[in-house]
Amino acid sequence: MTDLQLREPLIFELSRPGRQASTQFPPPAFGSAEIPAHLRRAAPPALPAVSELQAVRHFTRLSQMNFSIDTHFYPLGSCTMKYNPKACNAFAMLPEFLGRHPLGPEPQGFLACMYELQEMLQEITGMQAVSLTPMAGAQGEFAGVAMIRAYHRSRNDGGRNEIIVPQAAHGTNPATAAMCGCSVKEIPCDENGDVDIDSLKAAVGPATAGIMLTNPSTLGVFERKITEVARIVHEAGGLLYYDGANLNAILGKVRPGDMGFDVIHMNLHKTFSTPHGGGGPGSGAVGVGARLLPFLPIPMVGKDGARFRWLTERDLPHSIGRLSGFMGNAGVNLRAYIYMRLLGREGMVRVAEFATLNANYLMKRLEAAGFEAAYPSRRASHEFIITLKRENRLYQITAMDVAKRLLDYGFHAPTTYFPLLVPECLLIEPTETEAKEDLDRFCDALIAIRREMEQEPEKLSSAPHTMPVRRLDDVRAAKQLDLAWKPAA
Amino acid sequence: MAFIPHTPDDISRMLEAIGVRSIDDLFEEIPAGLRAGALKVPEGVGEMELGRLMSERAAGDGRPLNFIGAGAYEHHIPAPVWAIATRGEFYSAYTPYQAEASQGTLQLIYEYQSMMCALTGMEVSNASLYDGASALAEACLMAVRTNRAATSRRILMPRSVNPTYACVARAIAGNQDIAFEAVDFDRSAGRTPLESLKPYGGQDITALVVQQPNFFGCLEEVDQLTDWAHQNKILVIAVVNPISLALLKPPGHWGERIDVARGADIVCGEGQPLGVPLSAGGPYFGFMATRMQYVRQMPGRIVGRTLDADGRPGFSLTLQAREQHIRRSKATSNICTNQGLMVTAATIYLSLLGAAGLERVAAVSLQRTADLAASLSRVAGVRAAFTAPRFHEAVLLLDRPAAPVLAALARRGIFGGLDLAERYPELGHAILVCATETKLAADIDSYAGALADIMNPSRAAA
Repeated sequence: MTDLQLREPLIFELSRPGRQASTQFPPPAFGSAEIPAHLRRAAPPALPAVSELQAVRHFTRLSQMNFSIDTHFYPLGSCTMKYNPKACNAFAMLPEFLGRHPLGPEPQGFLACMYELQEMLQEITGMQAVSLTPMAGAQGEFAGVAMIRAYHRSRNDGGRNEIIVPQAAHGTNPATAAMCGCSVKEIPCDENGDVDIDSLKAAVGPATAGIMLTNPSTLGVFERKITEVARIVHEAGGLLYYDGANLNAILGKVRPGDMGFDVIHMNLHKTFSTPHGGGGPGSGAVGVGARLLPFLPIPMVGKDGARFRWLTERDLPHSIGRLSGFMGNAGVNLRAYIYMRLLGREGMVRVAEFATLNANYLMKRLEAAGFEAAYPSRRASHEFIITLKRENRLYQITAMDVAKRLLDYGFHAPTTYFPLLVPECLLIEPTETEAKEDLDRFCDALIAIRREMEQEPEKLSSAPHTMPVRRLDDVRAAKQLDLAWKPAA
Repeated sequence: MAFIPHTPDDISRMLEAIGVRSIDDLFEEIPAGLRAGALKVPEGVGEMELGRLMSERAAGDGRPLNFIGAGAYEHHIPAPVWAIATRGEFYSAYTPYQAEASQGTLQLIYEYQSMMCALTGMEVSNASLYDGASALAEACLMAVRTNRAATSRRILMPRSVNPTYACVARAIAGNQDIAFEAVDFDRSAGRTPLESLKPYGGQDITALVVQQPNFFGCLEEVDQLTDWAHQNKILVIAVVNPISLALLKPPGHWGERIDVARGADIVCGEGQPLGVPLSAGGPYFGFMATRMQYVRQMPGRIVGRTLDADGRPGFSLTLQAREQHIRRSKATSNICTNQGLMVTAATIYLSLLGAAGLERVAAVSLQRTADLAASLSRVAGVRAAFTAPRFHEAVLLLDRPAAPVLAALARRGIFGGLDLAERYPELGHAILVCATETKLAADIDSYAGALADIMNPSRAAA
């Protein structure tokens, strides 16, 4: 991996006064329009002055300092790093789609895609309606909990402001509840990874707004008592929220609506393969059952006869409102639509099947090699957890050390230290688009690293060795804040 | 099988290794009664077939001549921007959790943060938020956490602020009992007069939102507004257009008095004008910058420069103790990822344009809008609504309802502006128009000609 040992100066360091990429400048306009002096900028902003080639080379070189799905196996648990088909990007970037202003007359071609996307997502989740507005998973969660709050208020039951989450929940769940003005009650899971039913029974009551659950859970196993959980929460007057982080595991196999969930968000950037883009943009479409229909966020897409149109405040007067300046991450939704059309009915069921096959195969191979699965008696869903607590005791090696050493072997690391309740854990999600030989190579790398733990543990504790930088000083980063380049005085 | 590499031989060897007979056996833990039947979704199609459908749908939507702005602006996007942003190494990477394998994304975000600080005149920027509207909502929540002098959770929201932004702020921040108070604008100038703030003087208020240029394209007297807020212990949240900052006083320098703090306290806005296509409304990105003293209250990812084990510089996500994955229900926001790919585009855009190019784009847009407003105002029945100086948008008043006029223009392939009838009924028959550097003199002539034709057909015929 020596090709990754690149160094690249800051773009500001390439800058020379007077240099320009002037082909990109519009011709000057002649006229007398002016900004009044007291509102004008005194000195130009300190932006780089570089040639077009310098900019192209700089950013191309930066790109080469990244691991990505296109270049590396990327088994980051709970993130569903599957192949992003190139067609999805190519068709979404057709000039007519890209050039469309969101406030112009309603574009029928684009809206037809969005309408069909709503219908398909509704069908595969078993919900009554879908809104594509939320711009990320966390915003989808926000919409879901805000709808639950609006529902209780509409029934003059506004005292319900407690959200229950299992301890294993992703951090966005409690953060979302707090953003919606709710308090959070955490309940434990049992030793097999299922929700602890007695704790749930003790937790519900007249203040229960709802429960937020991921199924399969963040522990990488299917919540087998889901029907009982749904009954207990509903009988207490609460609603069930499905966090769609792990929808890839059950696509076409079981529908959240059939499990008893009242509201769901989907991460279109996971299950429906829109790009992760170095951290966004995502898209967090929400689906609801009958009780929450009036509260869906706007705009949505409706159909009058053959004509598609935006549904707004007028159509949904009880909506929780708008969450974005326009129509959510429209172009991301378009990529998800294209992906779903390419896959179709059979293709979507295969997603869950082969994601699950790959995860279970990898788990069995790693167990056979002596690694400890966190839930060995359970089937893996689309992901599974390896705990390195024994290796930690024997060799003082941490999950972080193994993660960093994997980079040297040419694999992106699995998710580390999440879920928080499994010590020294690696959460591994291979996804359905990886071939058997890539899974085998990953497995072989972990076996080799295991040998290094015994023979040359310093290779792990000082890893990585082949990246553009060695392990970074995060404490220094947080203490001696350097968050922006500044021109020399 | 679409995107699935498994051969029949792979499948049987993998099943054997697991110790099951079929893939279906792997789903045995799902209770039988819950298993889904056949999905009612269309069958899959190949890339060629779908390509044809998508091209047909796109062609049907056409390529109109667009004069709408209102928060999303059509600018020239240099070819390198998306050629590089869609490289798989940027496009298909994730949040840079493994810093050593993500130095490209991390360095790029650090450069982005530096550029946003330079544009806004602020000390720190985050790595982006979802869009301009939700960035304002987050800024309001941040102001409540930051302004310890105020306990009221009241925020002054001038009516000259983009009304959709105000809606989004209510939808997101309203859940935490934050109250927004509307502040009126001057009907002839088109900006927020100091007099409309005076009744709030001495009251317990958290923040004042100031949009520059405001929703009407008019320039607010930002120094006066900022000084008034700070004299009253009120934080200033600036909402700005990043392209305009090539010409306009950066929010970090707003205010003239020496007895109170200079500059806006939180700056946010829509980043779309910086190389991101209109794309029917998204994805765009929101930006946010603030004073160093408030950095621990800022939501979203932040990248810092630090040293590696060999003492060489490198980049990593920092100040993560603010965030949901550490702090859970006590986090500054539930935001997890941001709009990384859009930030990639914006950073490349700003590098190519530089200060000189950005100033040219802003100056040409300013002039084109002046030309557009002058041209359209020469059509009988059309006049400019406001007297305040403006940037690249203008409100025009028609002598009749705007909707049919705009519909007639659309039939001629011209998006003539945004009808303000619903948002500002008190203005009468008003439209908001915009011309950026992408509109040439001939485009403006076509619009003016078509408008004259539609509004005064007999005169045009004569």
